[in-house]
Amino acid sequence: MTKYIIRRLLGIIPTLLVIITISFFIIRVAPGGPFDGERALPEVVKRNIEAKYHMNDPLIVQYGRYMFDVLRGDLGPSYRYKDHDVNFYIFQSLPNSMILGAIAISLSIIFGITSGMLAAVKQNTWVDYLSMALAVVGISVPLFVIGPVLQYIFAMRLGWFPTSGWFRSGDGWKTIVLPALTLAFADFATIARLTRSSMLETLRSDYIRTAKAKGMKPSAIIFKHSMKGAMLPIVSYLGPAFAGIITGSVVVETVFRIPGLGRFFVQSSFNRDYTLIVGVVIVYSVILVIMNFLVDIVYSLLDPRITYK
Amino acid sequence: MTNATSPDTYKRLLEVKGLQTYFKTDAGIVKAVDGISFTLNKGETLGIVGESGSGKSVTNLSIMRLIPSPPGKIVGGEVLFEGKDILKLSESELRHLRGNDISMIFQDPMTSLNPFLRISTQMIETIRLHKTMSRKEALAKSIEMLKLVGIPAAEERIHSYPHQFSGGMRQRVMIAMALSCEAKILIADEPTTALDVTIQAQILELIQELSKKLDTAVILITHDLGVVAGMCDTVCVMYAGKIVEKAKTDDLYAKPSHPYTFGLIQSVPRLDKAHDGKLFSIEGQPPNVIDLPPCCPFHPRCHKAMDICRTKYPPTKDLGNGHEVSCWLFIDEKEHSHE
Repeated sequence: MTKYIIRRLLGIIPTLLVIITISFFIIRVAPGGPFDGERALPEVVKRNIEAKYHMNDPLIVQYGRYMFDVLRGDLGPSYRYKDHDVNFYIFQSLPNSMILGAIAISLSIIFGITSGMLAAVKQNTWVDYLSMALAVVGISVPLFVIGPVLQYIFAMRLGWFPTSGWFRSGDGWKTIVLPALTLAFADFATIARLTRSSMLETLRSDYIRTAKAKGMKPSAIIFKHSMKGAMLPIVSYLGPAFAGIITGSVVVETVFRIPGLGRFFVQSSFNRDYTLIVGVVIVYSVILVIMNFLVDIVYSLLDPRITYK
Repeated sequence: MTNATSPDTYKRLLEVKGLQTYFKTDAGIVKAVDGISFTLNKGETLGIVGESGSGKSVTNLSIMRLIPSPPGKIVGGEVLFEGKDILKLSESELRHLRGNDISMIFQDPMTSLNPFLRISTQMIETIRLHKTMSRKEALAKSIEMLKLVGIPAAEERIHSYPHQFSGGMRQRVMIAMALSCEAKILIADEPTTALDVTIQAQILELIQELSKKLDTAVILITHDLGVVAGMCDTVCVMYAGKIVEKAKTDDLYAKPSHPYTFGLIQSVPRLDKAHDGKLFSIEGQPPNVIDLPPCCPFHPRCHKAMDICRTKYPPTKDLGNGHEVSCWLFIDEKEHSHE
C-alpha cells in the first residue's frame, strides 16, 4: 500500500508536465494574442512589448524558458494585469474559492446523501417524490437563475443575508451563505440522485436479502450492510466534483461579487493571457490529480475487494 | 409417543395452508404461488421440485415473508410455525423468527454474503441478534460452526472477506451462519445450483449430515430430482404455482402419478438404462402464469389430457399413505358428478 501511494504520487509529476505542455501550445494555436485589442497598437509599440516578454523568440525557446520558471514555482507575469504576477493573483483568489467550495460541497454531500437515502428507503412515497423533484430542479435550473432567486428572496425580501460582498465588514460570515447554497445546489442534486439509485440497487442485492433473512433490523441493514456499497459511486463522483467546486465558479463569483479563482478561467482565456491561463490550468490539474488519487485510496478503504500493490 | 390422541400436532413444525402469493405486473396478476399446502415435521427433509418459475422460491420467501413488496403480496393462506401464523406476526416478532427459528441459504453463494464485511462480522452479528452472548463468545461459537462445516484453519480464515473464499467455501459459510442459532428449520433454496458438480455433492452431504446432527428440519428447493431422491423424506412437485403431487420420496419414484411428475422422472438421464441416444423431454413450454384460466395448467403438454382438463382445475385426490395428486385421471366420474 505504501509503495502504491509513493508510486501514485510520483506519477503525478509526468501527468502535470504533459498537461502544462499541451495547454502551453494549444493556447498559442488560438488566433490573436494578449496584446491585440479593439484598437490595434502601433507596430513599433507592439514589437517593443513583444520583445519585452520574449515573444519573438522561437516557440520552443519560449516553452523551455516557461518550463524552467514553472519548475522553480514561478508562473510568470500576467500579460494583462500588469500590477502583479500570476502567482499573486492565484494565491490571492484561490483561498476564497476554496472556502466557498468546501462549504458548498459539504452542504451538498450532507443534504444530497441524506435525501438520496431517504428517497431510496421510502421509495415511491412523498419523501421520494419531494427529494427527487428538488434534485430535478437542482440539475435543470442553471446557477445564474438560482443565485438571483435566492438573492431576491433572502436578501431583498427577507433581509436575512446581504446580496453580495465577500466578508465585507459588518456582514462577515453572512456573506458566504447565499453563494454557498447556490453553489451547493447542482452537486446536491447529482449526489441525491446518485445516492438514491445506488442505494436502491444495493437494497435489492442478494446480501441484503441474506441480512433480512437473518432477522436484522432495517436500520442496521441500511447503515451496516448497505452504506459502504452504496457510497462507492458517490465517492468516485466526488473526486472531480470537489476539484471543480473548490477552484471556483465563474457564475457564482460574478453573481455574488466574490474575488475567487473562477473568473480567471474565463477572463484569462478571452484576454489570451497565456501565463494566467496555464497558471489556473496547473492549479486545477494539481487539485484534480490529487482528488483522483484520494478517491482511489478511499475506494480501497471502503471495498475490501480492491487492493493496490 | 406420549400424545396418543393427536400424534400429528406433536410432530408438526410448519404447516402451510392454502398459501397464495401474487405479483402485480403491468401485464397482469402473476399467481406465482396459488393455494399450496404442505406440512413439515420435526427433523424431516422436504423437497420442493419444479421448473424455473413454478413458484418454488416464492413459496419459501413467502414463508419468511421476504417477498419484495411491491410488486409481490401474500394474498391468502396461513403459514403456521409451531401453531402460530407467521403471516400475522409483527415486524419485531418476525425478526425474532428469521435466522433464529427458520433460517435460509440461497442459490448463489457468490452474492449472498456481504462483500464489504468480514465473515467474522457477519457471523457474530447473526449470533448476537438472537442469543445473549458477548462478542468473544459469539466469535468462539462462529469458529466452532465454521469447523463444523469443514472450513480449514477456521480461526484465521474467519477474519477474511467473502471474496477470499471459493464458491463452495462461501456456501459452507452460509450454512454455518444459518445453523449458528440452532434454527429448527433450514430452507435451502437451490443451494448447489451455482456450484460445480463435485462441490454440489459435498454441500448436499453437509446439509444432510448437519440437519441430522442438529435435528433441523430442511426444506430443500431444487429442480434436480436426483438430489431429491438422495436426500428428502417427502417431495412436493410444483407446477405453475400449484403443488400437483405430494408423496413420500419412495412412493413418488415407485408410482409417479401425475403425468408431469412422470415426465420429470423420465427426463432424468439414467446410466443404468439403455436408451436410443435421445434424452426424454416434456414437450412444450411451462405456461405463462399471468391471468391463468381455471384449467389444469399442464394440459397443453399432457399426453393424457381430457376435455375436463381444459376447463377445470382438478381437486386433490388422496391415494393413501400421504400420496396426494391433483389430476383428473384419478377422479372417477361418480365422484366428479357428485360434487
